[in-house]
Amino acid sequence: MAEPAGARTGARRVLAADDIGRAVTRMAHEVIEANRGLDGVAIVGIEAGGVWLARAIGAAIERIDHAIPVGSIDASLYRDDIGLRPVAPGAVSDLPFPIDGVSVVLVDDVLYTGRTVRAALDALADYGRPRAVQLAVMVDRGHRELPIRPDYVGKNLPTALIEKVTVDADGVVIESTGGSQ
Amino acid sequence: MSLVIRNGTLIDESGERAADVRIADGRVVEVGADVAGDDGDDVIDATECVVSPGFVDLHTHLREPGREEAETIETGSRAAALGGFTAVVAMPNTDPTQDSVEVVEFVRRQGERARLCDVRPSGSITIGRSGEQLTPFAELADVGVTLFTDDGNGVQDPQLMRRALEYASGLDVTLAQHCEVEALTAGAVMHEGECCSHLGLPGWPALAEELMVHRDIELVRLTGAPVHLLHLSTARSVELVRAAKADGLAVTAEATPHHISLTDELLASYQALYKVNPPLRTMADVDAVRGGLADGTIDAIATDHAPHTPESKEQPLDAAPPGMVGLETALGVAIASLDMSLSEIVGAMSWRPARIARIDDEHGRPIAAGEPANLTVFDPGHRWEVVPAELASKSHNTPFVGVPLEGRVRSTILRGELVVNDGRALR
Amino acid sequence: MTPTPSGGSASLLSIDELGADGVARIMDLADHMAEVNRRPNPKVPALRGKTVCNVFFEDSTRTRLSFETAAKRLSADTMTFAASQSSLNKGESLRDTIETIGAMGVDAFVVRHGSSGAPWMIDGWTTASVVNAGDGWHAHPTQGLLDAYTVRTALGRAAGFDGVRIGIVGDVKHSRVARSTAAAFAALGADVVFVAPRTLLPPVPSMPTTEDLDGVLDDLDVLYLLRMQRERMTEALVPSLREYTARFGLTPERAARLADHVLVMHPGPMNRGVEIAVDPSELPGAMITKQVANGIAVRMAVLFDILGGGASLEKGAR
Repeated sequence: MAEPAGARTGARRVLAADDIGRAVTRMAHEVIEANRGLDGVAIVGIEAGGVWLARAIGAAIERIDHAIPVGSIDASLYRDDIGLRPVAPGAVSDLPFPIDGVSVVLVDDVLYTGRTVRAALDALADYGRPRAVQLAVMVDRGHRELPIRPDYVGKNLPTALIEKVTVDADGVVIESTGGSQ
Repeated sequence: MSLVIRNGTLIDESGERAADVRIADGRVVEVGADVAGDDGDDVIDATECVVSPGFVDLHTHLREPGREEAETIETGSRAAALGGFTAVVAMPNTDPTQDSVEVVEFVRRQGERARLCDVRPSGSITIGRSGEQLTPFAELADVGVTLFTDDGNGVQDPQLMRRALEYASGLDVTLAQHCEVEALTAGAVMHEGECCSHLGLPGWPALAEELMVHRDIELVRLTGAPVHLLHLSTARSVELVRAAKADGLAVTAEATPHHISLTDELLASYQALYKVNPPLRTMADVDAVRGGLADGTIDAIATDHAPHTPESKEQPLDAAPPGMVGLETALGVAIASLDMSLSEIVGAMSWRPARIARIDDEHGRPIAAGEPANLTVFDPGHRWEVVPAELASKSHNTPFVGVPLEGRVRSTILRGELVVNDGRALR
Repeated sequence: MTPTPSGGSASLLSIDELGADGVARIMDLADHMAEVNRRPNPKVPALRGKTVCNVFFEDSTRTRLSFETAAKRLSADTMTFAASQSSLNKGESLRDTIETIGAMGVDAFVVRHGSSGAPWMIDGWTTASVVNAGDGWHAHPTQGLLDAYTVRTALGRAAGFDGVRIGIVGDVKHSRVARSTAAAFAALGADVVFVAPRTLLPPVPSMPTTEDLDGVLDDLDVLYLLRMQRERMTEALVPSLREYTARFGLTPERAARLADHVLVMHPGPMNRGVEIAVDPSELPGAMITKQVANGIAVRMAVLFDILGGGASLEKGAR
């Protein structure tokens, strides 16, 4: 594993780029296996962190089998902390395919309290009635506040509440924020 | 028993000197170094203070009768005394208007009852200030009215103004004009310029004032009768008066504390506190008005004290009435804003306005034995900020909150009687 | 300009106070809201539990409906207080009215008032947010924003309006729309010119001016026509509507000269035959109904911004 660049500030890299690549490929296989093929399966990344991962999983699935629809959804207008902290939406939702009767794989980078996924489920419902919704995340860091569990996980990563987890194609970094959140 | 003022610097028209003053029976009885006193004398220590003739305000709205919720003659007189004024000319835009002996006498009596300041009612130029029929000048002059004005409005009709000047010219009175051509100010809220353009507020052009200043100067040239121009606010007005004086015309003028200190940019707050007639102008105008006072083009500082209730000022700018209170802050604003000697400032607040109001037999007098004891003691170096709730005026619509003021009145003596001491009204 | 307490505010009073960054933020948010509006069920729960009160001291059914629709699509509760100013003058003061309604639990007041500056006063009297829905001649910031958003989407100019030439034609002096729309366009980098006779311009205009519509017509990317009020004639500001139309109206001759890419905009309601003497539906670049539709998205963006988005939480902190 690469030496963390920000070691002095308490940041540590727990997954490297090739770890991410392997996890994406594994999750792609798992999606195909769990759905017994790809009929009526679509992938939807949650803005902002889940979109690149959704595209990566979609690309992996295409390499393994064939292309399936990949979209994105911004859940910020569905969050339960509006008015408690400033909520800034990411890019506009892009769901250029109907989701009625589709098995939607929601994708996010980090699963934490579960509140973002809850908001994304509500957002998704405003676009139609999927046959099923599954959840894929690169990192499950624990500390759930809602009864939500992932179907596909890149890495289970126990963390402390004061830690911040950053995920991108280059890997996963955990850093201490040095105080309570 | 007498009153002795010790250790002060005396400023009057004859100049400046250090001397003590002894006052008895309403008059100055002795001026000199180390004036002797009796054990029973009241003594004011005026160390670092100026002792001057009491200030005279040519332009005070006391609101009584008619708008006692905003000010009464008593509360306005108290504000005046606290501001160092021993005489105020009460503007006629009361309800009913000061256009009859009865109303004028009522105002005078209320002033005498309050005994805080010499309240000199003005008369209106036209009945009801409606610009149509002349007020009986002689009847009012007989009961002591010396200054006539339709203030609040200008006399719009040039023919009527000409007749007023001609008729009044034999009566030893002064006509004073509120210079505003109303056809140019219909609906206007603030000075016409960049600020009003930006704020979307109807503009009040400088020309509306200057046209009437010009007209009345020419009427003075035509009739020979004197005119006093109220609250000049624009650079061009000052120039017009300067030229008129150079021509030897009987024109006098005043400027308010707010027009030598505040600009139209304050209206960006949309607070009606800053709405006034004439409106706050630009910095160039403020500088010109200061210059006019400094070179004597403008004779007097006059407050245009205009009390309004909080409810009336707590309206959008177009609905709120114009006006600001100013009696208690006038000196502090003048010293802080003007690059003039204390002697010149005192002159502009005392003997010069006293002459314009034709009350210089009692006010603005030299400080000398035998003279009426209408005096003000002020600390010219005292720096302070106004607290609206502490104003004695019944209304607190001062625009000077947060403005550093310099110079504060300690004591005011009206006809030998101490009415303000240590900055507090004694009645 | 009114000083803004912290570079931003939980109220939207003018484009100046919003600033260029704020304008850009609202534009981006409006994209989200436009996406919501394209759905079969154009409603999101974003402002559930919030109450928006329309307080209109001047009649404006279209603006009020637009705000009301915007609030409802964000799941806010709405109330409406419509008062003519004359009835207000008879008794209760503006402040008492606002404090009374505020006591019922209002998160945002949407205020239309005939007096310039009234929303600033109201903002000082309430802890709720205030959205200026038009004050006197002064400002109508959501109109400015929806106009900017219309140009942005029609010209595909999400990055800014550099090089876009916009002519605002007509009664700029008495127009809160002109002030706010010009400010919003300018904040995004457009070149704005006011086209009007001197009598219909403010004493010191904020933009370059010309009286020669024909001289600038060929250079414009956007032709923005203002509503011409009939009472301007009695105030001797223009001699006649006929002469106004001839000099400043969109006549068939001028319409024929317009290139297809030129956007034609109007804040509504139109005086047909006065500022616009052609059928706008026959103009390729007519944006007038798009402006109305975009108004809802932009007002959703504004309400979300102050009650839940980037500008929220600031009023309480100041």
